[in-house]
Amino acid sequence: MLMSKVLRIENLRVAIEGKEILRGVDLTIKQGEVHALMGPNGSGKSTLSYALMGHPNYEVTGGSVTIDGEDVLGMEPDERAKAGVFLAFQYPTAIPGVTVANFLRHAVTNVRNPERKEGQDLIPMRDFRKEMRQEMDELGMDHEFARRYLNEGFSGGEKKRAEILQLAMLRPAFAVLDETDSGLDIDAVRIVSEGVNRVSAKHSTGVLVITHYERILTYIKPQFVHILFGGQIVEEGGPELVKQLEAEGYDWIRAKYPEAARLAAELEASQQDQGVGV
Amino acid sequence: MATDLNLQVAGIKDEYKYGFRDSDDNYAFKSGKGLTKAVVEQISEMKNEPAWMREFRLKGLETFLKKPTPTWGGDLSELNFDDIRYFMKATDRQGRTWDDVPAEIKNTFDKLGIPEAERKFLAGVGAQYESEVVYHSLREDLQAKGVIFTDTDTAVRDYPDLVREYLGTIIPIGDNKFAALNSAVWSGGSFVYIPAGVKVDIPLQAYFRINAENMGQFERTLILVEEGAQVHYVEGCTAPMYSSESLHSAVVEIVVKKGGRCRYTTIQNWANNIYNLVTKRAVAHEDALMEWVDGNLGSKLTMKYPAVYMVGPGARGEILSIAFAGKGQHQDAGGKVVHAAPHTSSRIISKSISKNGGRASYRGLLKVTDGAKGSKSNVVCDALILDPASRSDTYPYIEIDEDDVKIGHEASVSKIGEEQLFYLRSRGLSEAEASTLIVSGFIEPLVKELPMEYAVEMNKLIQLQMEGSVG
Ligand SMILES: Nc1ncnc2c1ncn2[C@@H]1O[C@H](COP(=O)(O)OP(=O)(O)OP(=O)(O)O)[C@@H](O)[C@H]1O
Ligand SMILES: [Mg+2]
Repeated sequence: MLMSKVLRIENLRVAIEGKEILRGVDLTIKQGEVHALMGPNGSGKSTLSYALMGHPNYEVTGGSVTIDGEDVLGMEPDERAKAGVFLAFQYPTAIPGVTVANFLRHAVTNVRNPERKEGQDLIPMRDFRKEMRQEMDELGMDHEFARRYLNEGFSGGEKKRAEILQLAMLRPAFAVLDETDSGLDIDAVRIVSEGVNRVSAKHSTGVLVITHYERILTYIKPQFVHILFGGQIVEEGGPELVKQLEAEGYDWIRAKYPEAARLAAELEASQQDQGVGV
Repeated sequence: MATDLNLQVAGIKDEYKYGFRDSDDNYAFKSGKGLTKAVVEQISEMKNEPAWMREFRLKGLETFLKKPTPTWGGDLSELNFDDIRYFMKATDRQGRTWDDVPAEIKNTFDKLGIPEAERKFLAGVGAQYESEVVYHSLREDLQAKGVIFTDTDTAVRDYPDLVREYLGTIIPIGDNKFAALNSAVWSGGSFVYIPAGVKVDIPLQAYFRINAENMGQFERTLILVEEGAQVHYVEGCTAPMYSSESLHSAVVEIVVKKGGRCRYTTIQNWANNIYNLVTKRAVAHEDALMEWVDGNLGSKLTMKYPAVYMVGPGARGEILSIAFAGKGQHQDAGGKVVHAAPHTSSRIISKSISKNGGRASYRGLLKVTDGAKGSKSNVVCDALILDPASRSDTYPYIEIDEDDVKIGHEASVSKIGEEQLFYLRSRGLSEAEASTLIVSGFIEPLVKELPMEYAVEMNKLIQLQMEGSVG
């Protein structure tokens, strides 16, 4: 491996509408590594992904994120994409009237030529289309799919596949997959996972798989497993941790980390007061 | 494929591309400013018109002077009728072939890409330059079938019976102040006649543009589609920029007889100081189909509500309207459908975008008369607002005098979604690029209805409008 970048998250604190959701998260991912992030509903997994990608509503109140020492938090979302960060969304957004192909050609052009000025040529149609079709074939997607409007009327599984198609085309250094397995049928989990593995093998992508279930991790095999609870990573280990959660659930975590459990319960209660509970 | 075209035009940056203008020293005739009986008579005389046409104009003038300026719709208080020149003739004669067209005018057309359009469609080209049509041609086979496509001035001379029979019958002189004004001072515009059963398979097109300062443009278009005939008429327009107010007030009258079809496509991009006050109306007879596709960009104020009166059983009307209101602009656009016979059906789809303090209003009328049983109508208007300074409003007027009808009305207003922007930006698109893509997606359902060339132009224009609007 020629270059190996390091994505370092240190003591990251994130608030939404003034409420602190992440209370100091530490996580380091090297290119080529596979990490899994698990944790109960509402523990802040998606919050971490959004904050990494630079969503304007997620306010970073402390800590740092760097790639090879370079600050990421000061970057706009598009700059982060160009710096090699990719997020497969838990709930991808529909863009009516914009075809998958048109969108993706813009995306690929920008990410592959970070120096491109707006208005300069897009990557040649022919090359682009050929490459896109190859990736679609590998993901078992109909070519017609490229003409559909992005995420509009896509089934749950189609949305997730489309996210992985984007991953494959954008070849990021670091990819966060936020519950990519949810909504996928059993075969699709395998196909999509193989897609992720292919990308990461080819481009040495460091992968952070966020999931509730063991299944996807039997295909995308993590070396490191982290458990997020009450806004902090409370447990870290290897694949055995997944087995334990699968067998026992989160009760032992709640028992072991009463302070985090208290914070989590508090947050949940405050959400319910406002009627926005998960 | 619209997508490919979209991609091709992405990246056009020359903001002033449509801001060029020729010098106006070469005009053969200019009327003075302001409107009097003398000016109207002079216009009629210069055009060597028959007495009936002169009477028509004078009646128009009389009505115009009597009618108050409308106070609904947009703000017309700054429009000064005395400060407008009502007639200008760009050249003395009418160009028969491309070679006859004066170089300066050709130059303007070149910049608009007309020769290309000509090559591509090889159809009739009626291009209105200033007040009069200077170049016009029609494919021979169409001519052989009896299709007439000429400017309305020529039609008055060569087809007086047809013109006299229909002119002012769809939109009477007294319909509104601006229809009256147009009746008094009209010049140019297209006359189209499609004989029974003739299907014109290529779009007929005309390009318009205003050039001189304070120059009014009052074209008058009359389209007659006989029984079972079909035509698609396309009118595109890009205009240069000026320093002072200007008025454009056209009238378009269309008759579609039994079983006929007519589609009228317009894209207009006026300079920001132009009042664009247009009356467009079609009558659809039994089982006829009338479709208006209307794209409005630019101008200071546009008031335009293409109408379809369905007067025969089974007639159909469709109105697709796109409006883009930028800084200092008010687009008051929409459509009118009148169901005056049983089993008629109509659809209005309106999409508006407002940005940089622009205002887009949808104003629509849906009317079903007593006895128009089994009629159906569906109205959908979607507005997209790009920033907090911009505005959108909806004024739907509905008058239903029949019980046995099916009516649907949906309206939505959305802001450019934060989540949509974030999603696209997380894939490497800049804020401006992401907004442009979202906007072009928003109007895509209408753009894909346009002939390919116009789809390209529309996307190009949207791109220009969007540039510099964000960040
Ligand atoms: N936009 C928002 N507005 C208000 N609260 C939010 C918002 N986004 C997240 N939250 C709150 O932040 C907390 C963490 O949510 P987050 O989506 O990060 O959880 P998660 O771990 O991804 O959960 P899940 O497993 O259900 O996907 C929750 O209490 C949630 O309600
Ligand atoms: Mg989540």
